[in-house]
Order: sequence, then structure tokens, then C-alpha cells
Amino acid sequence: MLKARDISVWFGTRKVIDDVSLELEVGRIMVLLGPNGAGKTTLLRTLNRTVAITTGTIELDGVELSKLSRREIGRNIAVVAQENETKFPITVMEFVLAGRFTHGAAFGWESADDIRAAEKALELCDLGEYGGRMMNELSGGERQRVVLARALAAESKVLLLDEPTANLDLAHQALMFRLVRDRCRNAGASAIVITHDLNLASEFADTIMLLKGGTVYASGSSADVLTKENLAEVYDVQVLLDANPASGKVRVTTVF
Amino acid sequence: MNRRLFTWFLLTVALLFALLLALSFGSERLSIFDLSETQAAIFFDIRFPRVLLGACVGASLASAGASLQALLRNPLAEPYLLGVSNGAALGTMIAFVFFEQFVFARPLLAFAGAGLATFTVYQMARSRAGMNVERLVLSGVIVTTFLSSIIVLLTSLLDAARLRGFTFWLLGDLSQATMNGFYMTLAGVVIGAIVLTSQARPLNLMMIGERDALDFGVEVGRVRMIVFAMASLLVGTAVAASGSVGYVGLIVPHLVRLAIGSDNRLVIPFSAIAGAIFVVLADTVARTAIAPRELPVGAVTALIGAPMFIYLLKRS
Repeated sequence: MLKARDISVWFGTRKVIDDVSLELEVGRIMVLLGPNGAGKTTLLRTLNRTVAITTGTIELDGVELSKLSRREIGRNIAVVAQENETKFPITVMEFVLAGRFTHGAAFGWESADDIRAAEKALELCDLGEYGGRMMNELSGGERQRVVLARALAAESKVLLLDEPTANLDLAHQALMFRLVRDRCRNAGASAIVITHDLNLASEFADTIMLLKGGTVYASGSSADVLTKENLAEVYDVQVLLDANPASGKVRVTTVF
Repeated sequence: MNRRLFTWFLLTVALLFALLLALSFGSERLSIFDLSETQAAIFFDIRFPRVLLGACVGASLASAGASLQALLRNPLAEPYLLGVSNGAALGTMIAFVFFEQFVFARPLLAFAGAGLATFTVYQMARSRAGMNVERLVLSGVIVTTFLSSIIVLLTSLLDAARLRGFTFWLLGDLSQATMNGFYMTLAGVVIGAIVLTSQARPLNLMMIGERDALDFGVEVGRVRMIVFAMASLLVGTAVAASGSVGYVGLIVPHLVRLAIGSDNRLVIPFSAIAGAIFVVLADTVARTAIAPRELPVGAVTALIGAPMFIYLLKRS
């Protein structure tokens, strides 16, 4: 579905992404792990062309990304990023409807379908009654769920999520990942998620890609990637590994 | 939906009412339906073009302000404060001093000046960390003072009689209104407000954030160019006809947003109508407050706008 080959990104004279390739298949969740500054966000942003690649190619369904218009990219790829606060009083509903921009004409009003999709997305994110509330009155966690709702309302084939659980409580972290997995399993979408939570990554990822200094340090299943040696090398921490008794997936415990 | 229609209705009625009021009041009280010959002359040659021009200028400045605010994600963005009006004023002045014989030199150079000032402020205010309120306002101040000094330099080329008229005009003045000025501003406001309203939905996304807008399919660069061009057109034609009437683009969109929320599909057209009402009423005050002498309308709008700017700055 989304395929990147040998991509590099230079910011001025600094190489931020160094020869990375990845392939995201339909229905799959890929998690990007790595310390701060490893290039996770930059890599994610190249995938919807909001950061330009210096070399390499990216293809969406076999078509080169650089040949697609902003609108076509936005139609197929939705993003969940850290929201930057707006100074204007806008409602949650208005915010979520922004996700429907590529579905109708560039001007005019949203259709009944758009409203339905937005309402459904809010419902899914446990925000059913929030449509009329103002964005600047919400807590950080509520806002983050609104940002997810906007991406779900877009009903796109690919979801790119940059630390979607950073402000969420335990229950909503799980909800967030369940919603993303549900989209991938049942609606034919696929997702790339950046997180710092190794255990959430282990639970939900089909593939994990561990980045270090702009290159891929390790890539594969959680069992392949989340090893003592890899984590010691990339994060410079000692960890204990065992199996999560509920799911059998790798569980990571940091040794302080 | 009903609320939307009701607001349209209310604003249209209010505009008609304001126009009637402005046409009746002045240093000479006129009964519109019973005019003597001299009164008819005052009415059709002086007051009629003045009131209509005021309406167009208000609509231009308010819709330009509303769109610039959404684009720059800053409720304090205003053509006058950003130096856009001064850019247009300098363009007008150059046309006035050097190309007086060409009718279209004034609006064209005003448009060019407004565009250049907009672009400069935008480039100055934007940094790698994005664009914050203070940086934008400061850039506006710098550009404004720089342009003002060039304007002052150029006024030294004028003789005393023209200088007085020009000083008034710089402050924003409708007393030199002509039907030609009105037609020109009307053309500007019809094109500008319609094109800007057509960009209202992408502007809604850009108001949330430029990166968010890119993510969800907005051609941000194209929308920015269109809004800059149209805001420059609106401000250029308004300033060429009436000088720099300040703060209209700040006060009016703010009040409109308080009434109906931040959706630009409503804010831009409603600001246009409310701006027309506001300037027509402000000019009526300017004409009558110290009759038979007059204030420039820009003094009246600034008297209301400056305290409001401080209030908005404190709150942001």
C-alpha cells in the first residue's frame, strides 16, 4: 500500500534520514520506535510529503507520491499529530469536520455524509456529547482524542500517528490502539504509529521498526526487535524481558 | 441554517438602515424625499458618493482583515496594523506625485504597494519556530514606520494646498469621494470578497494550523497566494479612494466571530456587510460630531479600534 525505497532527508548539511526503506501492507500496523532525535517524526512526515525527501522514492498504491496532488494525498492518508492550539474559538465538530475536507468540493458546506462520519468518529473516540464544545475548553487528553476523531472521520486508507497516546490515561491509550487496530483489521486501512511506550508497541504492532540516528537499526516482529541487546544499544538502558501473561507478547521492564 | 438566514436578513436590513441614516444626516440635514435644488446637488454630488464609498471601503477592509486573520492564525492581524494600508498609501502617493495623468495609476500602484507590504511583513514575521503574535505585530510596526518615513519624504514634493488634503487623506478620509472612486472600490470588493469567501473552507483548516491543513489536503501555498492577492486588491482599492482607515479589519471580524463563531464561510461575507455598516456609521459621526467642520473617518475608527486592540492583545 505504502512503500518507501532508499529514502534520505537532508536538513541543510545534516542528514536526518539515512537510506531508509519500508513497506506497509494492507491491514497492518507498523510501529516506529527510537530515542528522541532518531528521525521518527521526519520519516513519518515524508510519507505524506509534508517533509520533502532528498533521494529515494515513495509510492502509494504503486503511484509515486510526488505525482499526487495535496488533495489526493490528504484523501488517502490521514495524520494524527500533536495539535497546535488555535487562537480562534472553534467547536469540536468544526475541528473534526476538517478531516472531511477532501471528500467534497473545496468550497461550500459539508454534506450529511460528512456530518455523519464526524459524529461517528466522535462516538468511537468516547466523545459522543462533545460536538458543540469549544476546543480551547478541553483538557489535553480530550483534545488528543479529538485529533484522532478527525483522522478517523477522514476514512482514509492510511493512518499516520505521531505519539497519539502521549497525553492519554490508561483506558484511552488502550482505546486509541484498539480503534486503530479495528480500522486496520476491518476497514482495510493500515497504520504507522510513533510511540515511546514499548509495551503498547509490543501488543499492537505487526511490525516494529527501531530507528537510531536516522537509520533503521532493527526491523521485524516485536520478538525480533525488542531484544535486550537492541534496546541497550539504541536507548542505552538495561531491560528485563518476559511474556505478558494476558497476550503472550514480549513485555519490557526497565531496570533503573 | 435558520440562524444563518436570519443573520443575513438582519445584516442586510441594518446596512440599508445605516445607509439611509448616513444619507439624511450631515452638516446639512437632508430629508431624502423632499429636496430643494441646492440640497439635491449636495445629496447627489457629495453625500451619495461619499456614503456609498464608505460602505465599499468598510466591506473591503473588514473582509480583508477577516481573511488575513484566518490565514496568519492571528486575531490581531489587520491591514492597517500590518503596514498593508501604508504600502497602498505609498503606492497611491507615488501615482499622485509622478503619474497624475493616468486614472488607473492610483489603484494599480496602491494594489502593488499593498501586495509588497503584505509579502514583506509575512517574510519578516515567519521564523523556523513558526509565527507568533508579537513577531507579526512588530514586523507590522517596522514596515509601517519605514513606509511612513518614505511617505513623509514624498510629501515634501507637494505644495501647501495639496499637502493639507493629503494629510487628511492619510488618516483615512472620505470627503473627496467621487462616483468613479466608488465604482472602482465596488469592483474591488465584489471580486475580492467573492474570491476570499470561495477560499473560506481551506482557510478554516489553515486557521487550525498550516501543517494540519497540509495533512488534510489543502494546497496551503496556493490559498496563501490567493488570500494575499485578494487582500491586497481590497486594501489597495480602498486606500486609493479613501486613505488608510484603520482598525476596521480588527473590530468588525472580532464582533462577527463573537456573534456567529469562527467559520470563515460566514465570517468573511458577514464581515464585509458589517464593515460597510461600521464605516458608514463612523463617517456619519465624523461628519456631524463637530459640524460644520469634519473629522477624518480614520480618527473615529481608531478611537474605537485602539482600545479594542489592547483588549485583544491582553487576552491573547
